[in-house]
Amino acid sequence: MKYFPYLIMGLIFGFTLIKSEAVSWYRIQEMFHFQSFHMFGILISAVLTAFVGIQLIRPLLNKPSMEGELMEIPQKRPGKYSHPLGGFVFGIGWGVIGLCPGPIFALIGSGLFGAVVVFVGTLHGTWLYGWVQHRLPE
Amino acid sequence: MEQIVELLQGPWPWYVSGPIIGTLVPLLILIGNRSFGISQNLEHICAITQPKFVHVHFFKYDWKASIWSLVFAIGVLLGGFLSSVVFVNPEPIKISLEAQQMYASWGLSAATELNPNEVFAMSAQNIALLLLGGVFIGFGTRYAGGCTSGHAITGLSTLQPQSLYAVIGIFSGGLIASQLFVPMIMGALS
Repeated sequence: MKYFPYLIMGLIFGFTLIKSEAVSWYRIQEMFHFQSFHMFGILISAVLTAFVGIQLIRPLLNKPSMEGELMEIPQKRPGKYSHPLGGFVFGIGWGVIGLCPGPIFALIGSGLFGAVVVFVGTLHGTWLYGWVQHRLPE
Repeated sequence: MEQIVELLQGPWPWYVSGPIIGTLVPLLILIGNRSFGISQNLEHICAITQPKFVHVHFFKYDWKASIWSLVFAIGVLLGGFLSSVVFVNPEPIKISLEAQQMYASWGLSAATELNPNEVFAMSAQNIALLLLGGVFIGFGTRYAGGCTSGHAITGLSTLQPQSLYAVIGIFSGGLIASQLFVPMIMGALS
């Protein structure tokens, strides 16, 4: 029951991903060829809304969240090479397959079997990363 | 009631979808100080399924602290189900004319569904392509520590330089793949 709000948040995310067509290979190719503003609009307006939302809850930081843990601005792990290099590898996959992780989950829910195949691939990629992680530049 | 159903069938314009997704960032902080993102689940699923005799240190951590994230992912699955099986969009997808012409020049049939059969139908070569692409997505998001949601949305909206570098990497990779590799792959598939 404690986790129920996260189910709803995920549901809203998955529902919106499909309705916005961000789960579409066609939309992603169109974006990477600069043939439509649609995908950029989604990303830019999401970032701006999140930014404004964070400013609005700023007075509540360091106070307990609904679950009790103190609220903070989420921090990404430090590193120099891992973010751009990892991003580049991910981008290659995203550009070819047209799906990023959110849409992979949403499309599995929609019953697209091809998304399950991509998902199996992502688990293998994650395994591979976990295996060689200590040898990669941070 | 009919209007609500029509609204839920969509499609939704970017200025509706983007703000809904963006609102999840502060909401998840308010609910339980959680960072909006989805790709960490790939790591958790590997941690949960790692067999006892395998010793990849990276996957030895207490994944139970991240149950919230797995529940979030189940929510995404459910949202995907509701939005494409229950509230089906009655109209075919509307991509720009330029893109339609590009897809035709790649030998694809006119787009009606969200994803092309030419890429996602179960043939041996498609399965190989989808698996390989998935390996890049899984490896890359874990190495980068986030994907489009965790880096581009959470990271940029909280002004973190690492996320900006990640997003630059993501878009460079995507541009190269989409502009160079995809036309080649489409030529080979057709």
